[in-house]
Amino acid sequence: MISRRTAITGAVVAAAVFAAPALAKELTLPRQKVELVAPPFVHPHEQATRQSPKIMEFRLVAEEKDLVIGGRGAKLKAMTFNGSIPAPLMVVHEGDYVEVTLVNPSTNVMAHNIDFHAATGAAGGGDLTLIQPGEQVVLRWKATRTGVFVYHCIPGGSMVPWHIASGMSGAVMVLPRGGLKDGSGKPLRYDRVYYIGEQDFYLPRDAKGKFKTYATHMDAFEDTMELMRKLVPTHVLFNGRDGALTGKGAMPAKVGETVLIVHSQVDRDSRPHIVGGHGDYVWETGKFSNRPEVNVETWFIRGGSAGAALYKFLQPGIYAYVNHNMIEAFELGATAHFRVEGIWNDDLMTQVKPPEPIRTETIQGKAE
Amino acid sequence: MLRAWKIRILGAAVVAFTVIAVFASGHSPELATSRVPIPDLVELRSGTFRYRAAGEFTRDGKPATAPIMATTIKRTLAVMRNQVTAANYQRCVAAEACPTVDPDAAAPDRPVVNVSWWDAQAYAVWLSRETGAHFRLPTDEEWAYAAASRFNDDALPEFSDVSDPGRRALAIYDRDASREEILDKAPQPIGSFGANENGLFDLAGNVWEWTDTCFVRSTLDARGEVAMITVNCGVRVVEGRHRTYMTDFIRDARAGGCSVGTPPSNLGFRLVRDDDR
Repeated sequence: MISRRTAITGAVVAAAVFAAPALAKELTLPRQKVELVAPPFVHPHEQATRQSPKIMEFRLVAEEKDLVIGGRGAKLKAMTFNGSIPAPLMVVHEGDYVEVTLVNPSTNVMAHNIDFHAATGAAGGGDLTLIQPGEQVVLRWKATRTGVFVYHCIPGGSMVPWHIASGMSGAVMVLPRGGLKDGSGKPLRYDRVYYIGEQDFYLPRDAKGKFKTYATHMDAFEDTMELMRKLVPTHVLFNGRDGALTGKGAMPAKVGETVLIVHSQVDRDSRPHIVGGHGDYVWETGKFSNRPEVNVETWFIRGGSAGAALYKFLQPGIYAYVNHNMIEAFELGATAHFRVEGIWNDDLMTQVKPPEPIRTETIQGKAE
Repeated sequence: MLRAWKIRILGAAVVAFTVIAVFASGHSPELATSRVPIPDLVELRSGTFRYRAAGEFTRDGKPATAPIMATTIKRTLAVMRNQVTAANYQRCVAAEACPTVDPDAAAPDRPVVNVSWWDAQAYAVWLSRETGAHFRLPTDEEWAYAAASRFNDDALPEFSDVSDPGRRALAIYDRDASREEILDKAPQPIGSFGANENGLFDLAGNVWEWTDTCFVRSTLDARGEVAMITVNCGVRVVEGRHRTYMTDFIRDARAGGCSVGTPPSNLGFRLVRDDDR
């Protein structure tokens, strides 16, 4: 117990050295306060904007808590931003300033901070945001590059992978001011946007194979790290819970609607695929200055990045959105569903004959 | 030790079974064997009831709702009052007559789970041999008859526009998604889910039950009569809070099918006694 606590505190102190107090200069731009929403949903935003750059204000609260992430008693000593896994998607435009107030409530026991992959310098802000329980900090960075980018907690040492594998990651979408474009510069728009955060989890089991439960986060630390070092996850999940985006959590859409799917994975690689659908336009590396690939079957999300795919649904029904390592999709949990309403198009697909006993030519001849 | 030795020699075991069976007929259960008692059974009188057929149906090349049929249970049906418990099953494992399914499966008061149809078969064979009575899994009709008000008919109504596979897929999905989620999937002590009007416990609780009925796809003709069938006995009907179809070697229902629906929380079973077979 004592050694564990010392290890954790030690890491905090080491990282704290880099955290210099910073009082920023006044920046006189219009401000907009954004209320974040829990994924897979995304806060309202303009796709293309005629407004001049603004300071976009966000608030993220670190929460250490227990979350059930799967069946058979799979309980995670979770760490989150704003309570959800993944943390909320923040949408701004190129040239905007992202101003984040990070809060670490005194009910927490660990230090937290935040590294924005979209930001430049100081470990993406990690070095300027490390705060203890009972503190808050305000960071501002300029959105100079368009695309979808990961953000995550990065408190130093083994705390980094542990906090991430406990749920502390999200994504930022920096849109071009003129909105998304295809390869020839034609504007692309979406009717809906969903944010899917994929994460691998490592829940220790006891000798009988049952998931262990721990009184505190610190109690879970050593067992969890031992498992993480083996790189064999017990769960690979979309949005922090087995079935979070299926059944009643399935993502709604309608035939004819175009949906933008933002997908992030901080640790492992993933390979999103829409069963029965496609990626009409895919920014596989997630950066909108690059031409999107078209008519993609399966795309690739490198660990440590976010990607974006645009798809117009053409048929009603249920579309599984999976990590097309089907072992991860079906055995470890990486499956979501789109529930699409509309009218079926027989031209695109029809069941010519329903299932029936096999008829050979001879038998058919006899029967008729 | 002596018993284990006997069972390992198959021939000897079969002879023993025959002898016990002859001896047991006409005697009260507790005399059948000194080792494995006849389980607590509920005897249901024969009767006729309205039964929603299992399997899938098509008519005019389109999916059709399974018909409701007047079905007769011809003889008295003796059904286990309770699901087979982990301790019951463990005894069969100890006798080397059932596969080991869970090293922790010794709870005397909880149903055995993570059992396949084959495991249930092995148990039925062993129990029959040990008791001299003949036990088997119920058919789906028998299960529905015994379950009575606990039988959950959630067949979807016929669609006015059956030509739209999208609408049908959504309706099935929504039905499955609306099923009450069982938060505590851990097997509960026997009796936790109460008895039905027949005095049978824990039907449609959080442990689904294997039946002996094979998956059947029926093609109906214009009059609604079955014109063609395909039978797949590699898939059996499983009953509980909802009916489902499960590959026979599956022990964890979550892994059992490609449907997007809510899978059973657990797979267990109860047997019926059928001495006339």
